Amino acid sequence: MNNRRHVDDRITLKYGAGGGAMRALIEQIFAPGFGEVAGGVGLAAMDDGAALPIGPGRWLVITTDAHVVQPAVFPGGDIGRLAVCGTVNDLAMMGATEPLALTCAVILEDGFPRVELEQIWASIRTACEEAGTTIVTGDTKVMRRGELDRIALTTTGVALTSRVVTDNGLVPGDRIVVTGTMGDHGLAILATRGELALDAHLVSDVAPINGLVRRALAAGGDGVVAMKDPTRGGLASALHEMAGKSRVGIILDERAVPIRDEIRAAGELLGIDPLLVANEGKAVIGVRAAACDRVLDALRAHPLGRQAAVVGECVAERPGSVIADTGFGRRLLGEAEGELLPRIC
Amino acid sequence: MSARPGSKLEFRDPVRGAALTEALATRARGLGRAPVSVMHVCGSHEQAIARFGLRAAFPPELDVIMGPGCPVCVTDVPEVDEAVALARQGVRIATYGDMMRVPGSSGSLADERARGARVDVVYGVAQAAELARTGEQVVFFASGFETTAVATAAVLLADPPPSFSVLSAHKYIPPVMEIVAEMPGSKIEGFLAAGHAATITGYGVFERFVARHRVPVVVAGFEPLDILAGLVRLVELIATGEPRVDNAFPRCVNRDGNLPAQARLWKVFELQGGRWRGIAHVPNGNLRLRDEFAAWDARKRFAIDVAALWDHAPPALVSQCQCGDIMAGIASPHDCALFGRDCTPDAPVGACMVSSEGTCKIWHQYGGHPDLRQVRRRA
Repeated sequence: MNNRRHVDDRITLKYGAGGGAMRALIEQIFAPGFGEVAGGVGLAAMDDGAALPIGPGRWLVITTDAHVVQPAVFPGGDIGRLAVCGTVNDLAMMGATEPLALTCAVILEDGFPRVELEQIWASIRTACEEAGTTIVTGDTKVMRRGELDRIALTTTGVALTSRVVTDNGLVPGDRIVVTGTMGDHGLAILATRGELALDAHLVSDVAPINGLVRRALAAGGDGVVAMKDPTRGGLASALHEMAGKSRVGIILDERAVPIRDEIRAAGELLGIDPLLVANEGKAVIGVRAAACDRVLDALRAHPLGRQAAVVGECVAERPGSVIADTGFGRRLLGEAEGELLPRIC
Repeated sequence: MSARPGSKLEFRDPVRGAALTEALATRARGLGRAPVSVMHVCGSHEQAIARFGLRAAFPPELDVIMGPGCPVCVTDVPEVDEAVALARQGVRIATYGDMMRVPGSSGSLADERARGARVDVVYGVAQAAELARTGEQVVFFASGFETTAVATAAVLLADPPPSFSVLSAHKYIPPVMEIVAEMPGSKIEGFLAAGHAATITGYGVFERFVARHRVPVVVAGFEPLDILAGLVRLVELIATGEPRVDNAFPRCVNRDGNLPAQARLWKVFELQGGRWRGIAHVPNGNLRLRDEFAAWDARKRFAIDVAALWDHAPPALVSQCQCGDIMAGIASPHDCALFGRDCTPDAPVGACMVSSEGTCKIWHQYGGHPDLRQVRRRA
């Protein structure tokens, strides 16, 4: 890759878009000097979280997320639910599906309505119950008006696991499974933003999927070889990362990707590919071909996985690239470039 | 204004697509010589071809070339310079998002905005006119072909605020088809014309062109089946040697087009010759405001000091940019040494890498790779 692309003097919105620019920023600024964890997963791996070995066959998994979604309340959820789910799901993507506890830091702008804060906290409580976890500590800051746009949340989560699943375990022949429809969260957020004048009721998919992932891991065992949640940058970025880190090519059967009709139509109208926008209640799972049916059955038996589908296959050719089979022909599946959708999560 | 998305997408049936692909291959092979080159002149066609991976489905006997069909890309450096100079003079500029980063001789509007100039991205001309309702001078830097020019005309005919004016970089497609057809060494044997422009002009607008150059023109829509069906028809016309205009987009296009829209267009605009970036001087290729609309013509309202921008030598990479040859259809992005290396959507050298309708941007995003069909699955 050329690096002329991502050496700007100032950090612009594209560095937060979840694509190549963000990965370059982590590699160039954040990771140096912190990289490796012996026998585990550290910052250098740029996975969904870190895994620290704490004994034979035992790891502590830890992850952290900041949330700045605008608007703070949206169809299907709010920033509180998003904060819990984002962290719980990142833990689950490392194979740690039983979160011990979360922390939550709350930063508010002077004048933030108490009633709205209560609502957001109520949905944090509900999401924690759904995920089977709790908030054990936190921090509160209030900033002067104009120093922050209303509210920001930062959550950290910890969990123990006896098996770490990374996002780089794919080999040719492996199947790619998605646990449900793609594009729901990103397009739901976009539709709430007035300037697009879109008269459609789209609902975010934000949900904790640790229970769903637990089923898949139980059914697939060692046949589950890679996991990633397709948040910012959507399925496209998730597949690019998995293909790049595993050094395989991925052929995506575009017609097999489940997308709700209204999401597809809104995407057409806005010129935004649902495969490039965030999901907050889904996983992309790499599975050995022999385990594929078992994993799929287990996913579909769970309420959050009814529309799970096999959408692709890993190949030896073209390592690092994602080829979309459109049904008409083939093309490369590009990643979102630039500031497509700022403040989506 | 709000839009309600429908629930079904027609014209995307891969089974019918496969049948058309097969028909296209049979007919292209039937021509008995290869490759046969046809050109489309529309960024939206290239978008659809790339997005649906059609290039990997076209028969090797058929070379489908993208011509000068991106209005942002053909906006010439002096036109960008006029907008940049106005912004630098302190006038507020409103324009389409794609125009922000098109390089002029001394940077783009985005560069000017970063230096403090007031430049707004708008979704349409009406939004730009609204900005001027406060009484502040607002210049709409207008790009686009005849379809978009109609929208500009409609706003100018609807009593826009006196502080609003238009810097027109609107272009008219039919004359540049003549230029491309007459280029020395042109191998283009047929043209696929843009369905949306033809909804305004009618397909009759191409009859004179066909009579003069003896090459067929097929008007096509933008769904994958539209494009495949249009190409099948075009190859059939090439096979029979029939130089005629055919309408493969009858659900939207007729012979005469949208007459009220045409009346508005020609009431406000007249044709002038001018350079299209990288291509040539195109006689009658530019749409400029008529004298009756001088009050809203930014070129007549402001003393635009473009000469002040010309002290800067263009960046060294610009001399290697092949956008001109690519838009004229005589080179592909892969022929350009900068493509994907020194020239990317994040750091574009040429205009074709800026616009979502530019060939280089589209190929960079989707890959213009016919060879993708050979990548094999294991099972």
